[in-house]
Amino acid sequence: MSAVLEVTGIKKNFGGISAVDGVSFDVREGEILGLIGPNGCGKSTLFNCILGQLTPSGGEVKLDGKLVTGLRPAELNKLGVSRTFQLLQVFPKLSVRENLILAGQEHQGSMASRLVGRSDAGLTEAANQMIGFFKLDHLADEPAGGLSYGQQKLLDAAMAFMGGPRLVLLDEPAGGVNPSMLSDLKDRLVAINREKNATFVVIEHNMEFVMSLCSRVMVMAEGKVLAMGRPDEVRKNPAVIEAYLGH
Amino acid sequence: MSNLFDLLVAGLATGAIYALVAVGFTLLWQTSQTINFAQGEFVMLPAFLMLATMHAGAPFWLAIILGILLSMILLGLAFKMLLVDPMMRHGVLPLAIATMALAIGIKEAVKQFFSAEASPFPSIVPTGDISILGHAVSLQSIGVLVLAILAVFGLTSLLNRTSLGHQMQAAAQNPTVARIIGVPVERMILLTFLINAFLVALASLLITPIYLAKFSSGEVLGQAAFIAAIVGGFNQVRGAIAGGLLIGVLDNLAAAYVSTQYRAAVPMIFLIAVILFRPQGLLGRAEERTV
Amino acid sequence: MSGFAKPLKIALGLIVIAGLIIVPMNFNRYGLFILSQWAVMSIAAMGLNLTLGYAGQVSLAQGAFVGIGAYAAAIMTTQGWPLPAAIVVAIVLSFAVGWVLGYPALRVQHHYLAFVTLAFSTLAFLVFRNESWLTGGIYGISNIPRPHIFGIATNKPLPFYYVCLGSLAIVSLAVWWLIRSPWGRAFMALRENPLRAQSLGVDTRRYTLMAFAIGSALGGIAGALYAPLTQYIDPVPFNLSLSLDLLMMVIVGGAGFYFGPFLGAMIAVLLPEWLRFTEGYYLMLYAVAVMLLLIWSPTGILGILDRYLAERRTKAASALRAVAKSRLETVQ
Repeated sequence: MSAVLEVTGIKKNFGGISAVDGVSFDVREGEILGLIGPNGCGKSTLFNCILGQLTPSGGEVKLDGKLVTGLRPAELNKLGVSRTFQLLQVFPKLSVRENLILAGQEHQGSMASRLVGRSDAGLTEAANQMIGFFKLDHLADEPAGGLSYGQQKLLDAAMAFMGGPRLVLLDEPAGGVNPSMLSDLKDRLVAINREKNATFVVIEHNMEFVMSLCSRVMVMAEGKVLAMGRPDEVRKNPAVIEAYLGH
Repeated sequence: MSNLFDLLVAGLATGAIYALVAVGFTLLWQTSQTINFAQGEFVMLPAFLMLATMHAGAPFWLAIILGILLSMILLGLAFKMLLVDPMMRHGVLPLAIATMALAIGIKEAVKQFFSAEASPFPSIVPTGDISILGHAVSLQSIGVLVLAILAVFGLTSLLNRTSLGHQMQAAAQNPTVARIIGVPVERMILLTFLINAFLVALASLLITPIYLAKFSSGEVLGQAAFIAAIVGGFNQVRGAIAGGLLIGVLDNLAAAYVSTQYRAAVPMIFLIAVILFRPQGLLGRAEERTV
Repeated sequence: MSGFAKPLKIALGLIVIAGLIIVPMNFNRYGLFILSQWAVMSIAAMGLNLTLGYAGQVSLAQGAFVGIGAYAAAIMTTQGWPLPAAIVVAIVLSFAVGWVLGYPALRVQHHYLAFVTLAFSTLAFLVFRNESWLTGGIYGISNIPRPHIFGIATNKPLPFYYVCLGSLAIVSLAVWWLIRSPWGRAFMALRENPLRAQSLGVDTRRYTLMAFAIGSALGGIAGALYAPLTQYIDPVPFNLSLSLDLLMMVIVGGAGFYFGPFLGAMIAVLLPEWLRFTEGYYLMLYAVAVMLLLIWSPTGILGILDRYLAERRTKAASALRAVAKSRLETVQ
């Protein structure tokens, strides 16, 4: 299995404080990599560095072997890297379907062609499929802001898949989602992973969710990689137990 | 050289008045996210209130007191309760637009009820020149400078040295926490509105003898105060003071050394440069941004 | 506006359009002037609504672009160029300047952006006033000709009103197309959540610049019509207050609503005229009316309608849910 994403020695300092301190790892084609660690260990900062939301203080990011460090988020997205955010990030005034069309439209044709072309950029069908896939049919024409928290989380995830990404970074997709919806979400993620051969990196605090979803798990603490391996290996790792139960 | 000295003194005097207006402007922004587009008209109005009381037969000193009181009622209390309070929770822009409408309303009211012509206004400091270091300096400039500095000094001591001032700052910086630790946030906000009204009335008293009382004079003043506030740092009282002085001096120097036609462009270009290269203002702190 | 049935909406639209064409036929010169002015200001406000209402970028410079368009048209047509050519130049010029003005928006937002554009507005005014070799300075440019359209002279007020109305119609259709296109969706994404938009591949930089440039270009078109409408221009109408007035029109009508600018321009242009009988008090009453409206509905006139329709929708939805629930209960 080849590496989709290779991260080498990423560092990020805020003032004098080092939030991410030389993190290296790779993500293999088609896998679901879990990323766990105590609050404030630098997981989200690492995501933001990889995705161009923050400029890393050092290190490099390679996508399919090509250097992409410092590219802007929109450029990375065009290269097939997508993400969700820890806090809800949907467009509240647009309908569910419009949210999804928006999420995919920048991948259709050029900017000029989108001005003169169809108003849905040819994506209504794809959006409807995604709506069906995430079981949001009855809400398709509702403004996204009117959905429940869990439904918005589903929409948020669905939006990340509209551009047909190869690599998706999910930042706490399960946070605040009720248990019945959670198993739905897990099913959907596994299905997309299998059917579309998409690769995921998932930050999550819900251990059960991570352990049952991911093929490998990376543990971070204080800006560094503490452990990396299969879920059962990681669970038994004394350093990990120390990080979670110590202090 | 003598020319430059005169320009500096005159610039500092107008700058000190700008500073008064800009300080009030930033206070409103800090405590209630009000961008007051009528701030210039707020400076224009009190002079007319004082003129009106004088027309009614009051002596000048009484007119000043009544004018300041009326300003505090109209531009402080009524402004806050009738316009700002109902609109505050709806975000910055609608309120800013409402203050634009208010500016039109005040201008038109003055034009209609007083006069469209400029009226002279008595000076509270004696006119004439005195000699400083061999330079003849206008007493008016010195008087204005001294009074404005006293007002600013009084205000900063109030904010920094008294518990009332600390409560006001707490209410401005973090109303939620301030409320929890028992600061009467609502009353503190009202107080900043009253202080703003007092400051603009004072500015009106100081600047009107120089530029005459005219319904349209607020436009220039309001803009100067905006620029001063932004240049100094929108979220800082001392920034607004420095910005006011700087713009006053810059204005006077531009009038002397740049073509009169493009004099007004100098502060504008300065403003654009500051916003683009140091948006937090010369003395301001960067506003925290979270991803 | 999704609360009305489609045929009803179309019928309503046709009645309004027919009314705008037929009713003014018996208007006097002044009435036609005011109505033409409404059409012109609607175009300018529509541009600002695109920048501010849809893309969320505050601009206090729309009046300056009206000025740029007006001077371009005045200078060219008095030199013998046809108006359509002048309109093209006005579009290109204000598009380019608007694009450049968009750059600050990439660095700063909200009130900072407002003040940069405010400063630009003042600078533009100074150029109009001081570069007399080009703009005629404080004396302005007079005898601006009105065009011949398809060989028909539009010197008289009624034909020129139709020029303004026709231009408004074309601009309205173009804007309608634009906001329904993926670009319109990207503009709204920019307004609501630029961070998320970026992560979905929306090139926020380019769309921000485009929002400024297109909005400004519409201001330029409005100006290019304003010049032949008044047939005389000087710098005064294009000072900061025009920018503030246009901003007020957009907010009062309802920012981010397609029909907002039409309504806002109507109130700003027509209401003071209707209040003329109050003589000196009309602007004061206008100011008070604007403040009262904004206190009542900060989202403008269309915000009221929108809230009403949304309420009706939730009521209908909760009624549906109640029915579904009672059915479920009877099944159990």
